[in-house]
Amino acid sequence: MNIEIITSDLLNVATLVIMGITGLAIARIRNLFAVVMLSGIYSLMGATLYVILDAVDVAFTEAAVGAGASTVLMIGTLALTSDREKATPNTRAIKGLFVCTLIFAALVYGSVDMPLYGDPAAPIHNHVAPRYLGESMGEIGLPNVVTSVLASYRGYDTMGETFVIFTAAVGVLTLIGRARRKKGGKDGGRGS
Amino acid sequence: MMMRRKMVLRVVSKLLIPFILLFALYVQWHGDFGPGGGFQAGVIFASAFVLYGLIYGLGTLREALPSWVTRLVLSLGVLLYSGVGVVCLLLGGNFLDYDVLAHDPLHGQHYGIVLVEFGVGLTVFAGIITIFCAFAGRAAADVNPTDEEQVTGGAGDD
Repeated sequence: MNIEIITSDLLNVATLVIMGITGLAIARIRNLFAVVMLSGIYSLMGATLYVILDAVDVAFTEAAVGAGASTVLMIGTLALTSDREKATPNTRAIKGLFVCTLIFAALVYGSVDMPLYGDPAAPIHNHVAPRYLGESMGEIGLPNVVTSVLASYRGYDTMGETFVIFTAAVGVLTLIGRARRKKGGKDGGRGS
Repeated sequence: MMMRRKMVLRVVSKLLIPFILLFALYVQWHGDFGPGGGFQAGVIFASAFVLYGLIYGLGTLREALPSWVTRLVLSLGVLLYSGVGVVCLLLGGNFLDYDVLAHDPLHGQHYGIVLVEFGVGLTVFAGIITIFCAFAGRAAADVNPTDEEQVTGGAGDD
């Protein structure tokens, strides 16, 4: 058999197993600092998986945002709250298990309808993708089709995403950015 | 403040930060040829500043990058993005149809994409810094209430 396929399968399985273990550890551990670190590792594993799936742009974003920025923000949040998780009573844990099992079953049921991974007849490969891959060099002229799709064909979507980030930052500023102003008072002229 | 004595961290971060910034710029301007683009570049560029803030304290970070600068850059990014769209409209095309930006449609597309990606990068960069400083500013004020005067004056205001 092709050695490359075997290696990539092995990597896939290994990454998924590590992600599973990390997820279980996140659910078990009560020290939230460790949980934040583990979620960073989870994101990094996710990024590795995207690289194996040849989605380098997504992997890049996952590594930068998931493993980098959000970890720092979570630690910042931990500094504001406690780094110990309160124990949940067992009755609630059983309810949670029930809900999780239900959702898991629904997801598995939904995934039955999905086309097989790499199936050339899958809708994703026959809708607009062939046009992007075939024509974008003549229409946009960029070697990286992902950028052509993101910034040109789907320019509206990307603009919306940029506005989402803008709104998020403005929201954080409004909610907690200036809370300390009231007490100081003398700080009025600074910073604007 | 806590990190004032961590010599290794301070030296290593000072060595690393220029390369992180350079890599972010590479990702920004090379996004049309390889993986990357404005979003990733903005996050990486911001992470260099976050690292600086973590090691040297929020006040020092705010001296290098005052809050009015981040707020300005935050809105400049979205303005640049939508501005490119409006310019396309004025030149007779559709909104965000970069073909009309230059005589050759391919060049127009290239200009449009570079500008738009730069707008995304600016907003993402400023957004991450803003959110980080908002959280860290509050944390510093809560952990160290006696320091509040200094924290409020230097950094807590954004």
